[in-house]
Amino acid sequence: MSDAAVHDDHHDHKPTGIGRWLFSTNHKDIGTMYLIFALTMFFVGGAMAMVIRAELFQPGLQFVNPQFFNSMTTVHALVMIFGALMPAGVGLANWMIPLMIGAPDMAMPRMNNMSFWLLPFSFTLLLSTFFMEGGAPAGGWTMYPPLVFQLGDGFPFLIFAVHLLGISSIMGAINIIATVFNMRAPGMTFMRLPLFVWTWIITAFLLIAAMPVLAGGVTMLLTDKFFGTAFFDAAGGGDPLLFQHVFWFFGHPEVYILVLPSFGIISQIIPTFARKPLFGYSSMVYATASIAFLSFFVWAHHMFAVGMPLAGELFFMYATMMIAVPTGVKIFNWTATMWKGSMTFETPMLFAIGVLFMFSIGGFSGVMMGITPVDFQYHDTYFIVAHFHYVIVPGIIFGIIGGIYYWLPKWTGHMYDETLGKWHFWLSTISVNVLFFPMHFIGLAGMPRRIPDYSTQFADWNAIISIGGIVFGLSQLIMVWVVIKCIRGGEKATDEVWEGAHGLEFTLPSPPPFHSFTTPPEVTEASAHS
Amino acid sequence: MSVDKLKRTVLGLIAVSLFLVSGAVLAEYPLNLTEGVTETSHRVYELHMIILYVVTVIGIVVFSVMTWSIFHHRKSKGAVAAQFHHSTTAEIIWTVIPILILIGMAIPATQVLIFMEKTGDAEMTLKVTGHQWKWQYDYLDEDITIVSALHADDRAAAQIDSGINPESIDNYLNNVDNPIVLPIDTKIRILTTASDVIHSWWVPDLGWKRDAIPGFINDNWTNIKKVGTYRGKCTELCGKDHGFMPIVVHAVTKEDYAVWIEEKKAEKAEAALGKDMTMAELMEKGATVYAANCAACHMAQGEGAAGLFPALAGSPIATGPAGDHISKVLDGKNLMPAFKGQLNDVDLAAVITYERNSWGNDAGDMVQPSDVKAAR
Repeated sequence: MSDAAVHDDHHDHKPTGIGRWLFSTNHKDIGTMYLIFALTMFFVGGAMAMVIRAELFQPGLQFVNPQFFNSMTTVHALVMIFGALMPAGVGLANWMIPLMIGAPDMAMPRMNNMSFWLLPFSFTLLLSTFFMEGGAPAGGWTMYPPLVFQLGDGFPFLIFAVHLLGISSIMGAINIIATVFNMRAPGMTFMRLPLFVWTWIITAFLLIAAMPVLAGGVTMLLTDKFFGTAFFDAAGGGDPLLFQHVFWFFGHPEVYILVLPSFGIISQIIPTFARKPLFGYSSMVYATASIAFLSFFVWAHHMFAVGMPLAGELFFMYATMMIAVPTGVKIFNWTATMWKGSMTFETPMLFAIGVLFMFSIGGFSGVMMGITPVDFQYHDTYFIVAHFHYVIVPGIIFGIIGGIYYWLPKWTGHMYDETLGKWHFWLSTISVNVLFFPMHFIGLAGMPRRIPDYSTQFADWNAIISIGGIVFGLSQLIMVWVVIKCIRGGEKATDEVWEGAHGLEFTLPSPPPFHSFTTPPEVTEASAHS
Repeated sequence: MSVDKLKRTVLGLIAVSLFLVSGAVLAEYPLNLTEGVTETSHRVYELHMIILYVVTVIGIVVFSVMTWSIFHHRKSKGAVAAQFHHSTTAEIIWTVIPILILIGMAIPATQVLIFMEKTGDAEMTLKVTGHQWKWQYDYLDEDITIVSALHADDRAAAQIDSGINPESIDNYLNNVDNPIVLPIDTKIRILTTASDVIHSWWVPDLGWKRDAIPGFINDNWTNIKKVGTYRGKCTELCGKDHGFMPIVVHAVTKEDYAVWIEEKKAEKAEAALGKDMTMAELMEKGATVYAANCAACHMAQGEGAAGLFPALAGSPIATGPAGDHISKVLDGKNLMPAFKGQLNDVDLAAVITYERNSWGNDAGDMVQPSDVKAAR
């Protein structure tokens, strides 16, 4: 235990009662709130996925009408992306970035509080639409006009919910950039930053560049609906496709906003359990930056079927294929990190390896869909549903879960139940493949996405998929149990927690004091680079 | 577990799963893209298979390295961690090789794409208009219009608690009331557009899909090589009944196509005469037209959907003066489309009469095709 940490203990008084959380300016408490919020939304969105899979379990309509089904797919996506994945990433950033760079807190603690507390209000707006005339949004999470204008009273609620989320994300991003740029401990140069911090800086810049574009797009929707503009109405000289271009100019970077923090997490986990330094640290940083840069030039691959000029289709095809190169570099670097290591397979490592394998599958189908002429067949079928769920579930969510298992002992001071953690991993991994792999087949065979009922030749696969879905959903309850159990007690965690762990967060006691690094640590070449 | 035993186990598992999969292929587990019936679809299929093989091989190589490492470089087997963390040579190799593979894929992809975008020299033109939730087909050279909606049998089965087993309907959700007919061995220009929201017209056997966007026209082409019936779907979310607006194309010989065109022209001329019909004729025809065009929103028994679509049973329009009813159907209102461009006088007269005299509505009057014609 460092002197600084001992010193901190004397000042470890924390606020009490509800005020501790409502008015919190502490990065650890705010991080915890983000994570709890994300977990709650994960189950809200998951419940909607269960409704979808129940309806699709067999052909014919059994439980919900088509309009409500469309609301389920739409709100499932919005809740998962904006309510579960992004807040989980920000929560981990809040908890870990100050600890990893040797800073006492985030640079702007009050803004941090506001970024978080906007989220519950935003989702109250969004979810209240279920009780309104005309129901919840049902035109897809992409909110394409003119369909989105058919939403009833919920329309302005949807728009303002998105606005609040955008404000929250931008404030969070500014905070992270300000923190990393200004509050690194002496000796913590940029090229000594842990990869998780690097991926988050790049993510934060993506957020600042992309979120205002979304805000602009949805504002144009609002004025088209209520103030007589015609940005997206051909009859008034506008173009419905303009919205798609604006949306995906946000939407594609958004994919990397979600995935880069997960890449950062597994770049921390794999070296720890391989007991070997990360292979190609600087190429990892450059590859991440290249992916982020390229992500602004590929948006139209989401809309090959809209009918673009040949030159546009070729440009976006080539640009999309290029993203495979830096992504491949990252996969190879992780593999090289494991190569000739001395590996053990605790739960965080299992989830990280899961990411490696299954994110790659999502990458392969991504390359396939980047090829414009074949995408004319794949587009808007279950093939794309399989693709992005492979990227998001075993790619991003597994990374986040891995991070939670990895740092949980640090946060709580107790080791989690390893047996239950392994059960969680294996059940999730088997069921997630039963859930999403057959979607490739039914997509290729011609089943469109976003339909509540389907032709009978898809019945057998859909039944299997639904079973995978239910098992996957139930498996996630194990994680909740593990976390609760770990908070309440368990084997005492050491400062280092893991045998091969490096980094400033592992020089602090477990759990760290309420105020940590009030005296900055010294970082040297030897102590940097996990 | 010894390595040999492990290998045997893994091989056994692979054998068993291959057996299961091969059995499954024969049953109802569709797995792959269709080869289709046009040159485009064949070329797209070949490209798809090439890329699929390439990524599969890459996958096998990469996953093998990872798996090897996982099994051999583990602490429990006494592995001691090497401490290397950089190799410029390796980094260059695994940057350059993927670039070369991608260039290898981009070349055929570019060729196919250029081929697909050559829409010139078409021998006939079909304009496809997406409506919520049916397709309208205008044969521009022949001045014929077909409106094609989900077949009434499928619609009846696709209701909650319908009591009809979807398995009892052949091609469930892929049947329409009025299929379109196209000639084979003819380069057909297909224009897609929409009247309300964005739809997307997809027949997998033709090898492509293309969005139908209100206010804009996309052009595409096809040249079907084989007589047959090809089915497709709307693939862009277009509201409540997005899943229920299929496409059925009958591809026939040029001779059969000419015969069909003549039949359609004769039907059209018959409808244009505006002959008066009896109540029974109007009601019978009206029921069919209602099922295809109105039931999606106003529901089978005219009960509507609270908050979304008004009920017709007992509605002031359907029980009030016929003139108001006719103009509402002709011109539409809010979400309700204008039907004057979609349905002919006979269909409109029949469906309006049907609505005025069903589900307890007892206006008792008849609307004749001549009334509709006068109101246009």
